[in-house]
Amino acid sequence: MNFTYPLDSGQMLRKKRAIRQSLLKQENLIPKRIAVLGGSTTSEIVEQMELFLLHYGIQPEFYQSEYGLYWEDAMFGNERLDAFQPDIVFIHTSWRNITRWPDMKSSKASVNEMLMEQYGRFEMMWEKITERFHCPVIQNNFDRPNWRLLGNQDISDYRGRSRFLFSMNQRLYEYAEHHEQFYINDIDYLAACYGLDQWADPLYWHMYKYALCLDAIPYLSKSVADIIKSIYGKNKKAIAIDLDNTLWGGVIGDDGADGIRIGPEIPTGQVYAEFQKYLKELKELGILLTVNSKNDEKNALAGLSHPDGVLRPDDFVCIKANWENKDKNLMDIADELNLGIDSFVFIDDSPAEREMVAASMPSVAVPVMDKAENYIRILDKSGFFEMTSLSGDDISRTEMYMANKERLKLERTLCNYNEYLKNLEMEAWILPFDSMHMQRIAQLTNKSNQFNLTTLRCSEADIRKMSASSDYLCLYGKLKDKFGDNGVVSIVVGRQTNEELHIELWLMSCRVLKRGMEDAMMDALAESAGARSVKKIIGYYYPTPKNSMVREFYGHMGFQKIKQDEEGNTVWELETASYILKKPPIKVIKQREK
Amino acid sequence: MTREKIFEKLNEIFRDVFFNPDITLTDATASQDIEGWDSLTHITLIGMIEDEFRIKFSMEEIVSMSNVGEMVNTIMKQMEQKS
Repeated sequence: MNFTYPLDSGQMLRKKRAIRQSLLKQENLIPKRIAVLGGSTTSEIVEQMELFLLHYGIQPEFYQSEYGLYWEDAMFGNERLDAFQPDIVFIHTSWRNITRWPDMKSSKASVNEMLMEQYGRFEMMWEKITERFHCPVIQNNFDRPNWRLLGNQDISDYRGRSRFLFSMNQRLYEYAEHHEQFYINDIDYLAACYGLDQWADPLYWHMYKYALCLDAIPYLSKSVADIIKSIYGKNKKAIAIDLDNTLWGGVIGDDGADGIRIGPEIPTGQVYAEFQKYLKELKELGILLTVNSKNDEKNALAGLSHPDGVLRPDDFVCIKANWENKDKNLMDIADELNLGIDSFVFIDDSPAEREMVAASMPSVAVPVMDKAENYIRILDKSGFFEMTSLSGDDISRTEMYMANKERLKLERTLCNYNEYLKNLEMEAWILPFDSMHMQRIAQLTNKSNQFNLTTLRCSEADIRKMSASSDYLCLYGKLKDKFGDNGVVSIVVGRQTNEELHIELWLMSCRVLKRGMEDAMMDALAESAGARSVKKIIGYYYPTPKNSMVREFYGHMGFQKIKQDEEGNTVWELETASYILKKPPIKVIKQREK
Repeated sequence: MTREKIFEKLNEIFRDVFFNPDITLTDATASQDIEGWDSLTHITLIGMIEDEFRIKFSMEEIVSMSNVGEMVNTIMKQMEQKS
């Protein structure tokens, strides 16, 4: 089953049970509880959402409100929902759920008041949910109504329903702008793309109380699933892209740099230039671009330096232009960047190359790039990079990877590793959690797989809770060196019970591996623990298929192993007083950065 | 399309939707005869039949079909009107 755009709705609906069964065979699914509060029927929506979430590695358990009782559930709760304790609440409403509309006699003031009242119902509900469950809320905006009593003026006259919903939507967006854990699911856009007449087929409302037609449901469900997987850090991170007939028209090895089609002169050249521009904008969002092409490197660079092109060799953190197989190249790129292969989207115009990569690396996303004029749309609608939060680190990610390359060069010129580390002039800020970094911290707990001792996934609300509790010792580490700022790269959380500190979370971003940062964190932890009169620090390691690199981590840190079970879970112990500071070549700063 | 051919295609749809390879439909098959054929699955079923035969049922038709035989009649009628 291909889960990329365009969706095969017919198959997704007809074969959902077979698809579900095969998706459930995957290992290491993250369980999440999702409450769907509907203003219309939600059953197919939930079943389709389950398929997409399973595809993203999330195993959902659902709560659905009784028919149409979204508002009552949110406002007053009920035992079943309270016991469910959702991780996410999705509110599935549409224009059908507006309870009062302007009429032709309404004054401007009364329409405004009506707007306040209708919007107020929603805002009240979100606040209640946040207060009760402290979890992210996903809210549909409003699609266009099925009829326009005022014709074209329905959107501009204050009494028009279209205008009324437009104003409602404005307010939803303003709320979203000011509330971090509140996300809009843009059904207005989905309906427009699908075709409003089909989307809003009245038969589905009157017959089954569905707010949209059956075949559009997979698109709605995918949209919500995209938001959810993004919240839990399951977005793709990098693109591996082919060159000939993908980034430009023609084959550079045959046609020469002057012969390829790119730029404003001809229509096909424009299409590729626009696609390059789109990729450049993705790069600015923090998506890493890499080249995976069968070409001589010199030809590849000549193509990327074409005066009418938009992308330049510098925009790519890795360029593999050679005659190796593309799956091998992709593996090498992933290794070089320290990324999992499942972080990649592979873009190639050749069905044979796509087939080869898809078959040998099923976790790589391989969208069907059929025609150059459709490339942007296919990529844009597949939701690989759904943005739910955009941190400073995201925006400067390409620079960080570029800086890593410079570090590697330095490492090669200096044969003594310690000498190299000193030469990096590293500075670290190791501090208790602060509100400025909560978002990034939550993001890291959901993204880090390799250097992660317990793989405890946390929402921003969880992070805030731990940070506010006096039982918890929470530290984050931020690392800078002469080549650039790595941002927040390590997190340690311990829960204190009397004189023991239990390390519930210890992770580090792999991009700062072997730089002494783990030693700096350990030193800081031991000091803070000492200050809290902790006598023993207890470390836990829970194995996953991805975190074997830290199996012996606590041993290296000077802990003693005190327990091991059949699954390989281990418990380690360290007497705080006996710990000897490791003092890595990093200048540790204990004040917030100005 | 012959009645037999329609039955054959319907059988495939039912087997997919209910994920049960043993289903064999007859004229008299109705919702109580197939495990899981509730009002919600019925919506999927109707949608899949519409997709397969490239037809659209009216609300009246949906409400009046009470077993597979009537379903086949309605499908045949619609397809005749189309051609």
